[in-house]
Amino acid sequence: MKRMLLTGNAAAAWGARLANVEYVPAFPITPQTEIIETIANWIDTDELSGCRMVTLESEHSMITAAGGAAAAGVRVFTATSSQGLLYGMEMIYTVAGWRVPFVLVNVSRGLATPITLEPDHNDILAARDSGFLQIHCSTCQEVLDGTLMAYRLAEDERVRLPVIVNMDGFYLSFTREPVEIPDPEMVKCFLPPFDPENIRFLSGDPVSEAVAVLGGSPYSYFRYETHLAAMNAVPVYEEISRDFADVFGRAYEPVEAYRTEDAEIVFFMIGSFATKAREAVDRLRDAGKPVGLVRPRLLRPFPDDAIRRVLAGKRGVVVIDQNISPGKGGVLHAELASVLYGRPSAPRVLVSFIAGLGGRDIAPEEFYEMASVTRTAAEQGTIPPPRLLYTATELRDVRKLQAIAHVERKGRSS
Amino acid sequence: MNDPVFRTMKDLPSVHLLGAGTSMCAGCGGLEILHEIYDLVGEKTVVVNAAGCMTLLANYPFTPFRGSWLYTSMASAPAGAQGVRDALDILVEKKRIKPEENLEVVVLTGDGAAYGMGLSATSSAIERGLDFLYLCYDNEGYGNTGQQYSEATPHAARTATSRGPRGFPGYKKDLFAIWAAHRPAYAATVVASDPVDLARKIEKARSIKGPRLLTALSPCPTGWGFDPKESIEIGKLAVKTGVWPLKEYVGGTVTHTHIPRPRFPVEEYLKTQGRFAHLFHPERNEALLKEIQALIDAYWEGVG
Repeated sequence: MKRMLLTGNAAAAWGARLANVEYVPAFPITPQTEIIETIANWIDTDELSGCRMVTLESEHSMITAAGGAAAAGVRVFTATSSQGLLYGMEMIYTVAGWRVPFVLVNVSRGLATPITLEPDHNDILAARDSGFLQIHCSTCQEVLDGTLMAYRLAEDERVRLPVIVNMDGFYLSFTREPVEIPDPEMVKCFLPPFDPENIRFLSGDPVSEAVAVLGGSPYSYFRYETHLAAMNAVPVYEEISRDFADVFGRAYEPVEAYRTEDAEIVFFMIGSFATKAREAVDRLRDAGKPVGLVRPRLLRPFPDDAIRRVLAGKRGVVVIDQNISPGKGGVLHAELASVLYGRPSAPRVLVSFIAGLGGRDIAPEEFYEMASVTRTAAEQGTIPPPRLLYTATELRDVRKLQAIAHVERKGRSS
Repeated sequence: MNDPVFRTMKDLPSVHLLGAGTSMCAGCGGLEILHEIYDLVGEKTVVVNAAGCMTLLANYPFTPFRGSWLYTSMASAPAGAQGVRDALDILVEKKRIKPEENLEVVVLTGDGAAYGMGLSATSSAIERGLDFLYLCYDNEGYGNTGQQYSEATPHAARTATSRGPRGFPGYKKDLFAIWAAHRPAYAATVVASDPVDLARKIEKARSIKGPRLLTALSPCPTGWGFDPKESIEIGKLAVKTGVWPLKEYVGGTVTHTHIPRPRFPVEEYLKTQGRFAHLFHPERNEALLKEIQALIDAYWEGVG
C-alpha cells in the first residue's frame, strides 16, 4: 500500500487500473478528460496490460459499446460528465435493461442552459430512474475505493446492473488529496476477476439480448426485475462495504452519519460539498449547537431504512439540494420526504435549500444560517418555503454584468 | 483470383437458416435480402440491430435467428458492434474462449438509421477499421412508422409526409458514395432479386477483414404500394431501369457488377408502385418523369 497525492480523476483511473479493467470505450469531455488520458497513457506505456481502449464518436456510442462489450463478458470501465451523460441518456436507460455489469464514472457538471463547467447534480440526477446504481463520493479516496466496490456490486449475481460512481467536477476531479493506493494483491482478494457466467455471446450457444416485447405484461415483468435487482443492491452493498473494511480498513456505509447521535438538526446532502457541511458541523458543535450531517453514498438504490434510522428522532433536517427541478425545487428533498412521511420517529421538519448550482460556493455562514432557520422552523412547527441561496453581493455582481452587456449591445448597434 | 463459388442459382445454399413466421409484412424485400444473406453467413454470427422494421424479428420469446442477437438503439448499432467485436477479440486473445467459439458481428439496420441518425456511428466504425459486416435494408422511408420520407426517399415519391402532387421534393442521398469516401475494406449495393450477384458480394466481403458494408434496395409492398407478389419483379425492374445500380467498392475502385443493356425507361419501374401513381394519374406529369429519367441517364453516362 502506498500513499500518493491524487486528483479525483486520477483516483478514478487508479480504481479502474486496480480493478484490472479489460475494455475502456471513451469520449472526452471536461472535466472528465484526465481519467481517460491517464488510462490511455498507462496502456501506451504497458503499465496497464490486457486492456483495450477505443474512442467512440459520442457518448451515445460510447455507452452502447460499453454495454455491448459487457454483454459479451469482459470487465468494462468508462467515464463521462454532464452534457455527455445526457447525450448518452438513451443508452444509459437501454444498457441498464441489458442487465450488464460495468462501471461508469460521472464527473458532475452543471447542465446547459447556460452552458458551464463547474458542478452540480442535475446531470447525475437525470440518470436517477435509469436502472444504473449510483455511488456518490466526497473525497478522492472514496472515488478510488468506490470504483472497486462498484465492480463488486455491479457483478454480484443478485444485482447484475451497471453502476455510476459520481464525483463533483473541479472540486474533486481537479483537487489533489492524499490517497492510499491499495495493494493489487489485496484488491484481487476483494475483487476477483469477473465471472460472467451466462453473460456472453458465443458460437454454439446463441442468445437473444434486448429483444422487443409486445404489450404491458412482459414489459412490466422485465422492468420489475430490474427494480428488484436494484433493491437487492442495498444488502449486497452492505456486505461489500463490510468486506472492504475487513480487507482495507476503510468503511463506507450506504449512508455516512457524522456527529448525528445527539444531533437535533442535521444537514442532508450528497457529494463533495458535504465536506464543507462537515466543517460547519464542527464549528457549530464548537459553539455548543447539536448539529450533524447525513450523506447518502448510495443514491440508487435509495437506502430508505438506513436513512430512517439515522434521522429518527431528529428535530429538523436541512436538505441541501445541489440541483434544481424547475417548477418543483430540490430533488433530494422530495426523495427524503418520501421515506420519512408518516413515520412516527420522522424529524418534525424538512427544510429545503437549493445551493451550489454550477459550482457556486456554499459559505460557512450559509450553513450556520440554514441550521438556524431549520431550528426555528422545528421550534415553531412552520415550514418556510424552499430557499434559493443567493447573496445580495452576488446579485449586485450579476447586475453589473448585465449593465456591461447592455452597454456593449448599445455600442454595437449605434 | 479463383473462380467464384456462386455462378448460378444452383450454387446458392439449399438450406434456409432464418426461421419463418416473422412479423414482417408479406413480400418484404428487406426480409428477402436477410434470408439470402443469413443463408450465407450462417449462425456463427451476432446480429446487432438498429431500431427499424427488423427490430420486430426478435419478439420475446421468439426469434427467427439460429445465432445471437442484440438490439441496441436507432443511432448506435455500429457502436454496439464495436463493443461486442472488441470483447470477443479480448476473450480470444486471453484464451477465455476458443477461436471456434468466436462470432462474426453483423449490423442490421434500415435506411432511417443508416442514412441519418446512425451515419455518424457508421462513419466512425469505418474510420476505426472495425471488422464487421453491415447490412442496410433500404426501403426508402421510415417504413416501420408508416413510410414517412427519409434521407433515402427518391425524388417525387409519395410518402406519409409527402402526400402533395409532387411527392417528396428532396433527392435520395448517395450512401454508397459516402461509404466509399471512407475507403472501407468493402462496400456494395445489392438487391434480393439478384441473389447470385449478392452471393458473390457476400463471398468477397467475407474474404476480407475490416468494415464491409452492403446496402440493399428493399421493395416494400406496404410503403411503396404494390402487391406483395410483385416484390421480386420490382427489384428486377429497379436494376433493369438503372434506378438501383449494382456495384461494389474494393481497394479504391468502384466496379459495376451489372450494367443494364438496354436500359429500360424508368417509367417501367415507377408505374408499378402506388407511391409514384401521381406521376401518371389523373394525368402524366411529363416534367417530373423527364427529370427522374434525366437523373438516371446522367448517372449512367458517368459510368461509361
